[in-house]
Formats: sequence, structure tokens, C-alpha cells
Amino acid sequence: MDLNSLWFVLLGVLLAGYAVLDGFDLGAAIMSRVARTDQERRIVINAIGPLWDGNEVWLVTFGGALFAAFPEAYATIFSGFYAAFMAVLFALIFRAVAIEFRSKLASPWWRRVWDFNFFASSLLASFVYGVSVGAAMDGVPLNERGVYMGTTLDQISPYAVLVGAMTVAMFAMHGAIFLYLKTEGELQQRLHGWMWRTFGSFLALYLAVTIATLVYIPRTTQTFIDHPWAWTLVVLNVLAIANIPRAIHLSRPGYAFVSSSATIMALVALFGIALFPNLVSSLPQPENSLTVYNAASSPYTLKIMTIIAALGMPFVIAYTAVVYWTFRGKVKLGPHSY
Amino acid sequence: MDVLLLSRLQFALTIMFHYLFPPLTIGLGVVLVYLEGMYLWTKDPLYESAAKFWTKIFGLNFALGVVTGIVMEFEFGTNWAVYSRYVGDVFGSALAAEGIFAFFLESGFLSLLLFGWDRVGPKMHFFATCMVSLGSIFSSIWITVANSWQQTPAGHEIREHMINGQPFLRAEIVDFWALVFNPSTMHRLVHVWLGAFLLGAFFVMSISAWYVLRGRHLEFARRSFTGALILATICSLAQLVSGDLQAKSVAEHQPAKLAAMEGLFETTESAPLYLWGWPDEEAGEVKYGVAIPGMLSLLIHHDTAAEVPGLNDLDEQFGTPPVWLTFQSYHAMIGIGMVMIAATLLASYWRWRGTLFEKRAVMWFFVLAVGLAVAGNELGWVAAEVGRQPWVVYPTIVDGQAVGGLRTSDALSESVSSGQVLGSIIAFGLVYLLLFALWVMLLHQKISHGPEPVAPADRPEKAGLLAAAASMAAHEGSLTEESRGASSGG
Ligand code: HDD
Ligand code: HEM
Ligand code: HEM
Repeated sequence: MDLNSLWFVLLGVLLAGYAVLDGFDLGAAIMSRVARTDQERRIVINAIGPLWDGNEVWLVTFGGALFAAFPEAYATIFSGFYAAFMAVLFALIFRAVAIEFRSKLASPWWRRVWDFNFFASSLLASFVYGVSVGAAMDGVPLNERGVYMGTTLDQISPYAVLVGAMTVAMFAMHGAIFLYLKTEGELQQRLHGWMWRTFGSFLALYLAVTIATLVYIPRTTQTFIDHPWAWTLVVLNVLAIANIPRAIHLSRPGYAFVSSSATIMALVALFGIALFPNLVSSLPQPENSLTVYNAASSPYTLKIMTIIAALGMPFVIAYTAVVYWTFRGKVKLGPHSY
Repeated sequence: MDVLLLSRLQFALTIMFHYLFPPLTIGLGVVLVYLEGMYLWTKDPLYESAAKFWTKIFGLNFALGVVTGIVMEFEFGTNWAVYSRYVGDVFGSALAAEGIFAFFLESGFLSLLLFGWDRVGPKMHFFATCMVSLGSIFSSIWITVANSWQQTPAGHEIREHMINGQPFLRAEIVDFWALVFNPSTMHRLVHVWLGAFLLGAFFVMSISAWYVLRGRHLEFARRSFTGALILATICSLAQLVSGDLQAKSVAEHQPAKLAAMEGLFETTESAPLYLWGWPDEEAGEVKYGVAIPGMLSLLIHHDTAAEVPGLNDLDEQFGTPPVWLTFQSYHAMIGIGMVMIAATLLASYWRWRGTLFEKRAVMWFFVLAVGLAVAGNELGWVAAEVGRQPWVVYPTIVDGQAVGGLRTSDALSESVSSGQVLGSIIAFGLVYLLLFALWVMLLHQKISHGPEPVAPADRPEKAGLLAAAASMAAHEGSLTEESRGASSGG
């Protein structure tokens, strides 16, 4: 594999890491409406309390790595999807502020406002991620220089909105399973029902997206003809999805969480395969696409970046493991909680 | 309004807001390492209580640093797409290194720092504190490298890159270490760090002085103040030396910026150094100024008679930055530096005499002086960044000729309209105003609450909330409040 393709894969790893990790804390926020009392809401927030900030770093690093490895794609995507990125930024700001500030004052209306913000901003961020992925699958108009030529409205096709809805359902399911693992008692009972409900919605939307992809984006079928091994991912994805209800049914929520994580990873991988070797697929002129070759930095820079990643990633994985290990188990509210 | 002006305004707004938080994080991080280290060493519970108090403020500050930082990272792509295409090869690797080496370190251990008091042992907790502090220092390294490269580019070549048969020029790395250690990196890093330590120290002194004035938490306040005062005295003296080195480097690599900072419109022998003044860009002179003749030549060339090039001769090659703003922000920063030196030296003398904490006016000065530290950091950046105009990537000087560079006006996103930027500026303006108000409000709440007396080494996991609360109540008045009676003397 050349360095260009390697960096495509590494970006996929960062994106999958982000989607799995921030996916459960965005999902937990979407599920936060299930909590009824103030105490329960605090439990939801503190379930992700020590983790969400580190999870967001995966996005920051994904952005930095895209900038470094494929500056053309970074420039085109970020400026082309200006409105979407601004929406995500504001959502992330409000979310962080809600987590940080809601428990600082005892006033009920203060808490209600921030609880709503916590929920709504997480919902918005998940939806916009999904819509953007959908728009990227669809293809966007680029000129021969690789510059985005469309408008913001072009990004909101029915297909993209469908992918957005599926993303919300997927994160909600992932978050519900995570919260189920972290909670006890009555709240946990209620979450049990919600694991089924979110799984059902995810499954329905997943099927809809799959059919729509096959019908509207024939390019993707071509990928499976060119790379038959890509079928293994599809099989993996289906198995992972099928394992979620099985694990919930057998009262093995840990397995369910692993399965929903695997589902997300497989979907990110399928998204990557559908794109490759493009980073931004141009439509209606496919010859204008930005690929891992024409959008890349110089070979020397890619080499330096590979060294940086090889030095840094083992540490990153080690800290992540330490943090998740330290904060394992059920949520307990204490003097240092949010 | 045009996209260029709006994008510049948006960048200025968002980066200046972001930069309220990182220097405080860096500065407070050092304070935390000191306090927890002292606690482990002396076992004096006052240090633990102080560490916990400053940790809470640290956490609040950090959260705002993170959200405003993500904005910055996205903004290169959203608003400065051509710039990103031009510098990505060089600049991106610094940004990615920052994510991988610094942000993960920082945010990973931050959760142990904030929430780990009851979950890990004190040594592990101290280790986490050290890692967070180190992480915040690392984050400043890579972003400062990137910024320094765009001020004094090195280690790269301008090459043609082809996209679908369309050629365009961009900077590509040829020597990674030359890029990292470009001519201004080390000077800038030292200066930025000192600025951050100064802010951390002045912040601690401000809150401590307020407690002294209120007669609360006196023992805590005096100790914190004294430690911070030592740090501030050393750093403010060092900042003068470091700033002088930076000015020399600016004179060599960015002559038009130096001329703008000093208001030097004409090439002059025996150039004067203005203490203050009012540059009139139309008339091309500094009005109402007071200057020391020959001093600028002396500082830069160690010779009062030496010639310093003015904007009239530099304009053709380097263009002319906005003179008034560059001059005023630069002079205000230096003025602040001088005030800090005077104030910390005097206060140190009084502290040594043992009379410092009785001087209410001095205490009031220190309550407010944290504003000077914030302003110093912001104004220095305004001088550095506005003085770099009209370039976003400054040209390199090769044999006296300016080579390469990218103009700010050529760096914009092609596909973003002024309506979009106007919309986002308004939204950022409102949201940041709200964030700032919340931050001040919660800071105020935490400060009025003050440091907690610490319960002995019981683990609230086992003891449960009620027991922990009871033991805290039992210790009320025994640690931080005890010296209330013995307040005079110091
Ligand atoms: C509390 C903060 C603070 C204080 C007291 C000072 N500075 Fe400063 N200065 C900064 C904080 C700062 C900064 C915000 O950190 C800057 C912005 C860019 C940089 O490298 O550091 C800066 C930039 C900066 C530059 C421009 C560098 C460039 O454009 O590349 C010069 C020449 C100086 N400083 C010189 C001084 C001098 C002679 C001071 C006298 C005491 C001084 N500074 C005090
Ligand atoms: C335009 C330039 C900048 C960009 C793109 C940027 C980006 C970021 C990002 C993405 C974060 C969040 C990190 C996280 O998730 O943990 C952050 C925080 C931080 N940044 Fe910046 N930053 C910029 C300017 C600066 C400067 C000039 C400094 C210091 C000299 C600095 C120092 C820090 C530090 C220490 C943090 C840690 C969080 C905090 O202090 O609150 N940044 N920055
Ligand atoms: C944190 C401290 C910083 C402050 C307060 C600051 C301030 C400013 C200001 C006021 C401008 C507008 C200048 C003008 O348009 O006249 C600007 C522009 C800019 N700065 Fe900085 N800056 C900081 C750090 C950085 C860093 C670390 C980077 C990059 C690594 C950076 C990159 C840029 C870019 C790309 C622009 C836009 C183009 C331009 O207007 O020149 N800045 N900054």
C-alpha cells in the first residue's frame, strides 16, 4: 500500500474512532430525555463526564490529519460545507457549555435550559454529520480545480437527510446501550425499553439507506464488483447489527455495546470503500474529483506524518485505555461530579 | 462588506477569544503542579485544599479553551481555503502533531485530574496533573511553530502541484527540522510561555489579593500570593529580555513589521525609539510623540548611528501594514511589561519587609492587574499579526530580496460568500458574549465560595456522600479559616 492509501485508511481509523467514541456520548445526550429527575439527569451527564472531552479530540485530530495529508480535500470540504461546519461548531460549543455549566447553579429553570441544550445540540451535531456523509456519498459539484461550486442547499438532498436520520438513530441506540451499562435501578429499566426502540428505528432507517444507496448511487455497486473482498465488511456489518438484539435479549449489554461499536466501524469502512480513491467525489463531472493522489501533500510530508502517527498513536491508545479503565463501572455521584 | 474584511474580522475575533483561555491554562497548570508537588512533599493539607480549588477553576477554563480551539482549527479550512491549499503540506503536519502529541495527552489526563481524586492514589493524581500541564505546554509548541513558520518561513520550497492538469504553487517541506526551528520559533515560544506564566501568576495574585482584602482564607491567600509573586517577578524581568530578542529577530526577518511597530515612516540614521505617540498614516509621521534619539538603532544594531530602513523604502518589497494599530498595540504591550516589572519588584520588596498584605491600595492594584496580563498577551499578538500584513505567509529574505509569501487577500476561500461570513460573525459574536458572561459568572461563584477545607484520606466511594459531607462540615473552620484572627503581620 502506498502512503497515500495508508493515510486514507488512517483517516478512516480516526473517523471511526470518533464516531464510536463521540457517538456514544452524543447518543447518551440524545437519550438524556429519558431521565426524569434531576438526579437521573446528573447521572446521564456524569456517565460521559470524564470521557466526552477526550472523545472530541478524535475529531480535532481527524481535522488536523486531513489538513496535513490531503490539504486540497480539507480546503474544499471545509469551505464548501461552510454552513454545516458552522452548525457543528455551534452545536459542540453549546453541548460543552451545557455539560460544564448545568449543575453549577441549583435553579430549576437554569438546569432545564441547559438540559435542553445538551439534548438539542447533540441531536443537531449527529444529524449534520449524517447529512454531510450523505452529501459526500451523493457527490458534489466541483470545478476542474477541485473547488466546490454548489450551494449549501445542494447538500441537503433527500438521500442526505435519510442518512442524517439514520445517524441520529444509530447514535441514540449506541448511547442507550452505553447508558444501560452505566446506570442502575429504575432509570436502567426505562433504558432497557429504549434500547429496543432505538434499535428498531435504526434497523428501519438502515434498510432504507441501503436500498436508497443501491438505487440512487450505482457507483457503490461498482465498488463491490471491483473489490469482491468488500463483501466481508457487509457481512460483518450485518452480523454486528444482528448481534445487538441477541445480546440485549440475553442480558449481555457489554456485547451489545461491542456490537453497536462494530456496526459503526463497519459503516465507516463501507463509506470509505465507496469513496476510495476519491476524497471528494465530483458530480456531474467525475473527472474533477479530488483523490488521494491529486489532493495529497508531498511524499516527504506524508512520510513525516507517518512517523508522527507511529510515535504518537500507541500513547494515545494507552491514555484512552487508562481513562476508560479508571472510570469503569456504574456512575456514582460525588463531590467532583458535574 | 467584502469577504476579505469579514473573514479577517472573524479570525481576529475568534482567535482573540480563544487566546483568553490557553495562556491561563498553561499558567495555572504550572501552579497546580507546584501545589500538588508541595502537598505530596509536606503533607500539609492546605496545599491539597489549594490544589483542589485551583483545579476547579482550571477545569472551567479548559472547557472553554477546547470549544473555542475547535473553532480555530476548522476556520483555516472554512474561511482560508486557498491559504490551506498553499500551506497544508507544511502547516498541517504541525497541527496534526498537536492533536496526536498534545491534545490527547491533555484531555486524557484532564479527566483524572478533575474526576480522579477519589479513584486514583495521590501519586497517580500528581502524575496526571504533571501530564496535563505538560500537554498544555506541548499544545502551545506546535501551534506556535506553525505561526512562526508563517512569520519567518524556512525549511520549505515553493513547488508546482498539479490537480487535474491545473498547476498551482504551494509550499512543500524539504527539511522538517528547519521548518520547526525556523528563525522565530524559539524566541516566540519563550515569549509566549512567559506571557502565559505571567497570566497564571497574576490571576492567582488577583484572587488571593481579593481574599486578603476581604479577610477570608488568609493563610491560603498569603501563600498563594507569595508563590505567584515570585513567579511573576522572575517572568516579568525575563519577558523584557525575551521581547528584546524578538524585536531584533523581527528587524532582521520582517523589517516592515518592525518599522510599523516603531512608527518609522522614513529610513533614518540614528533612529529614535518612541515611548508613546500617535502615528498619522496620511502624513507619514508620528505626532505628539516622545522619543529617545538613536535608541532604536542602538537596540537593533548596538550602534546609535546605524541606519534603520523605514516604510518608504520597504513598501515596494514588503508592503505596508496598518501602522497605527501595530504601533499602538506594540507600545501598549511594552508599557504593560514595564508596569509589571515595577509592580512585582516593589511588591517583592514589601513582601520581604512583611508589610505587603497591609497595603490595601496595592492589594486592589493586584486584584485588577490580571487585566493587564490578559491585555499584554492579546496586544502582543495583535502587533505580531497585524504587523505581518499584507501577508499571511511572509516572504523570505534571500540576498536582500523578498521571495515567495502569500498575500492575505489571496488566501480566502473561493466558495464562501460574504453573507455566510457575516452570518457566522454575528453568531460567534453573540455566542461568545454569552460564553464570556457565563464564564465570569461561574468564576465569580467559585471565588466567592473559596477553597474547601479537606476531609482526611477517607474514600467517599466507601463512605458515601452523606458521610463525606459530614466530615467536610466537621472540618469547617479548622484549616483555611483558622488564621482569621491572626490576620495582621503577614
Ligand atoms: C503579558 C504578556 C506580555 C508582556 C508583558 C510582553 N509581551 Fe511581547 N508579546 C506577547 C506578550 C507579552 C505575546 C502575546 O505573547 C506575543 C505575541 C506574539 C508573540 O510571539 O508573543 C508578543 C509579541 C512581541 C513581539 C513581536 C514578535 C513578532 O511579531 O514576531 C515583540 C517584538 C515583543 N513582544 C517584545 C516585547 C517587549 C520588548 C516587552 C517588554 C517588556 C514585551 N514584549 C512584553
Ligand atoms: C489559530 C491557531 C489555533 C488553533 C487552530 C488552535 C486549536 C486548538 C484546539 C482544537 C484546541 C482544543 C484541544 C482539545 O480538544 O483538547 C485548543 C486548545 C488549546 N490551545 Fe489552541 N489553537 C490556536 C491558537 C493557540 C495558541 C496561539 C496557543 C498558545 C500559544 C494555544 C494553546 C492552546 C492550549 C494550551 C489549549 C488547551 C486548552 C486550553 O488551554 O483551554 N492555541 N486549541
Ligand atoms: C493566539 C493568539 C493570536 C492572536 C491574538 C492573533 C490575532 C490575529 C489577528 C488580530 C488577526 C487579523 C489581522 C488582520 O487581518 O489585520 C489574525 C489573522 C490571522 N492569524 Fe493570528 N493571532 C494569533 C495566533 C495565530 C496563530 C497561532 C496562527 C496560526 C498558526 C494564526 C494565523 C492567522 C491567520 C491565518 C490569520 C488570517 C489572515 C490574516 O488576516 O492575516 N494566528 N490573527
